[in-house]
Amino acid sequence: MAKLLSSLTLSRPDFATIAAWIRPESRVLDLGCGDGTLLQYLQDTLGVHGYGVEIDDANILACLNNGVNVVQSDLESGLSGFESDSFDYVILSQTLQAMRHTEKIIQEMLRAGKEGIVTFPNFGHWKNRLQVSFGHMPVSQNLPYEWFDTPNVHLCTLSDFEQFCHQHGVHILERRVMSGNRQITLAPNFFGMLAFYRFTRR
Amino acid sequence: MHDSDSIGIVAPLKIFFDTPLSLESGAVLDNYELVYETYGELNATRSNTVLICHALSGNHHAAGVYADNPKNVGWWNNMIGPGKPIDTHKFFVIGVNNIGGCHGSTGPASINKKTDKHYGADFPMVTTVDWAETYVRLADKLGIDQFAAVVGGSLGGMSAMQLALYAPEKVRHAVIIAAAAKLTAQNIAFNDVARQAIITDPDFHGGDYYSHGTLPRRGLRLARMLGHITYLSNDSMAEKFGRELRAGSLSFNFDVEFQIESYLRYQGDKFAEQFDANTYLLMTKALDYFDPARDYDDDLSAAFRCAKANFLVLSFSSDWRFSPERSRAIVKALLDNGLNVSYAEILSRHGHDSFLMKDEHYHQLVRAYMNKIDI
Repeated sequence: MAKLLSSLTLSRPDFATIAAWIRPESRVLDLGCGDGTLLQYLQDTLGVHGYGVEIDDANILACLNNGVNVVQSDLESGLSGFESDSFDYVILSQTLQAMRHTEKIIQEMLRAGKEGIVTFPNFGHWKNRLQVSFGHMPVSQNLPYEWFDTPNVHLCTLSDFEQFCHQHGVHILERRVMSGNRQITLAPNFFGMLAFYRFTRR
Repeated sequence: MHDSDSIGIVAPLKIFFDTPLSLESGAVLDNYELVYETYGELNATRSNTVLICHALSGNHHAAGVYADNPKNVGWWNNMIGPGKPIDTHKFFVIGVNNIGGCHGSTGPASINKKTDKHYGADFPMVTTVDWAETYVRLADKLGIDQFAAVVGGSLGGMSAMQLALYAPEKVRHAVIIAAAAKLTAQNIAFNDVARQAIITDPDFHGGDYYSHGTLPRRGLRLARMLGHITYLSNDSMAEKFGRELRAGSLSFNFDVEFQIESYLRYQGDKFAEQFDANTYLLMTKALDYFDPARDYDDDLSAAFRCAKANFLVLSFSSDWRFSPERSRAIVKALLDNGLNVSYAEILSRHGHDSFLMKDEHYHQLVRAYMNKIDI
């Protein structure tokens, strides 16, 4: 198990980044939890008590096989199944950009949880800018879709997200910007590929 | 039927309880018998027992076949067996017939030892709480401290839920399929039409038809036909029968014209010969009475505060009798109490009956959950 965890820490640096923000034994809700590997990682490394929310049948099955709690539900319809303040952290990992109702889900995260954690691909990354400047929608490791088949409807840059938070009463507690497993501190909106934010209600 | 994964030949067992059973209604059953079947082996630590709770018309014969009747296949044979989602290589599975039933456990058609006559209408009302007590006593007699899991669909799901609330320390996992935390007015209405069909049948004789040598066939048949409509979805009926005519053309009379009529009448006739009308009345009442939140000001979350089990809750998209929304209410109560719960809404066209059908995704979910249970 320890071996598996260390390999996950290496192969999924985003997991380690999220885990670094989470207190052991806390209550975690992971929205768009996929196959449950993040939640499983947090359970195994931090002993959190968590639930995932997923819409996809295959992912629900994968979560059960991974031994994590999962509730099948459409995030777009909100989190009415979850009481206010029932979680320490509500995570939305690499899903924000695919949500139609951005404002609603952020508000719902901060209703159900004390803190929210989101991660998303930074559209302001220089490679994306370059591809657009050459006249094409960007396709990259973090944005692997063509314009016509992408599930991503609300892509944004770091600056865009921070402006959104400012306008919607969301107080950013911490930000981390990564490129692969490197942390980016210099011109993050230009060099950062993946953005991590931890936030709370203002 | 060739089924290489079947548990094969099984035989029912009977166990007699002489400790009186005080029922929720206030009545007392001085003694009673339970009929049950087991599949698989109880392990050395006695930690691998799975209890299967049956639905309205079900019984203890959940898997396998009988030596003298290989056509009598258990009602959940696609779910329970070696290598099946509820794997008898891993689990010791118990199917039990509820009291009030008509397949061997003490019920209205049984002989009351006090009077040497059929209980008939004298058989007391039974509830899921009463059944929960009988499950606990059965486990005690078999030397089982705790069920690894309790599994059921429909009324069986409610019975499983009730056991998890009645005896929290006895249940490690509960799998609640196509159930609800209580019936809606519409559900109760359907049940009452079914009951009225039986009770107003001239052959019912106030429930004492045994001594009159009759059966309230017409009533039970209508009750079953009505029930059957509610177990199927509009889509599945349309798909299976449509407006297909039996004779190919209209005959302008009240005989069977449409295939759906033929199907329903056949189902009704078959059921009326096999099932006890008094049991049908009791089972529908047990459904109506089920409401764990009743004692908690209708606060289901408060009702689940005592629960300790881990839960898997499953619903089916086309089930309008116990819709996914009703399952989500159960999930909400479990989440409110911080209990471990997973929930899936399975895409299905077969209505409430989906829980009995072999659907790959459905079975994979149950298999995955059962695999993860520590024994």
